Amino acid sequence: MADAKRGVVRPLSPHLQIYRWHIPMLTSILTRITGNGLVAGALLVIAWLLAAAAGPETFAAVDGFVRSWFGILVLVGSLWAVWYHYLAGLRHLYYDAGKGLDLPTAERLGIACLVGSVVLTVLTLLII
Amino acid sequence: MVQFTLPKNSTIRTGKTWPRPEGAKNVRKFLIYRWNPDDGQNPRVDTYFVDLDDCGPMVLDALIWIKSKIDPTLTFRRSCREGICGSCAMNIDGGNTLACLKGMDEIRGDVKIYPLPHMAVIKDLIPDLTHFYAQHASIMPWLETRTNRPAKEWRQSIEDRAKLDGLYECVMCASCSTACPSYWWNGDKYLGPAALLHAYRWIIDSRDEATGERLDQLEDPFKLYRCHTIMNCAKTCPKGLNPAKAIAEIKKMMVERAV
Repeated sequence: MADAKRGVVRPLSPHLQIYRWHIPMLTSILTRITGNGLVAGALLVIAWLLAAAAGPETFAAVDGFVRSWFGILVLVGSLWAVWYHYLAGLRHLYYDAGKGLDLPTAERLGIACLVGSVVLTVLTLLII
Repeated sequence: MVQFTLPKNSTIRTGKTWPRPEGAKNVRKFLIYRWNPDDGQNPRVDTYFVDLDDCGPMVLDALIWIKSKIDPTLTFRRSCREGICGSCAMNIDGGNTLACLKGMDEIRGDVKIYPLPHMAVIKDLIPDLTHFYAQHASIMPWLETRTNRPAKEWRQSIEDRAKLDGLYECVMCASCSTACPSYWWNGDKYLGPAALLHAYRWIIDSRDEATGERLDQLEDPFKLYRCHTIMNCAKTCPKGLNPAKAIAEIKKMMVERAV
């Protein structure tokens, strides 16, 4: 109160800058990042399909981008993001049932999401 | 609002390096956040050297050692020194905890100490907890009854009493709430893990007769549902409690009473 009268603006203490990352925190933010990233991936696929409908020249241009190393990176990244987001979604359902919330289990579930998503991505790539 | 970076007045500068204690052989380096409301400067991180042969084993011992032997202006809250008052909560080595319960031997490398994260700083390691306490008060942290007062006392079976274990031990140190990214971004409206753990403590108390009202009050997109089960609260609680679990139980009760 006294500070406000004197016109002192209190600083905000540091947060993300200093907080130590751990598995549950990392896997939680990855859920959001993959969810948002998938929107970008989906837009690329839609552009690809629209280009196919628009004509051979447009398709050739967009197809060239999709098949470039960067396009492949986005597609493989999206594939991993789909698997990760799916597994993390399952974990959320389990959490919502009030289960798996003790720390050791939550940490194991987080590691399972990370490892599982990579394994499933590699398997998918081998199959297709 | 989500803002990942610190405002201009809050960015941290390198501060003063205080002299090493003379003749000390067993020295530990401490990096401590400082902010003085009276000098108009930005926050800074000062470097101190603590003589471990002259100091107790806990981080709080080192802070008190620094205050008495090196720098009397270093400001922090402390009282009981045994983890029951909840005063000395701060961010130590990247996690929120009570300085009195954190052994220096649990930390590798230099000891880095900041105030509880994403809070307005009053001075040095002291955050403004006014809003945090107001949120606790808002969940009606008392026994609400409607029936007539019994002649002697409100009785409770041993089984019903056991439901309060893991909840009543909370000392309101604010470590969990200030560890929660949801609370960082939406702390104005989201009640945070500490207040919600207390809400659940009264919701499941067999003697309480305001369960419906309590749930009504929490039925809100922000107050309760900003919890995304990030688990920082359970990870950081110096008393080993699990607010995430308590919040999940409240969410379950919301669904159960709706269907």
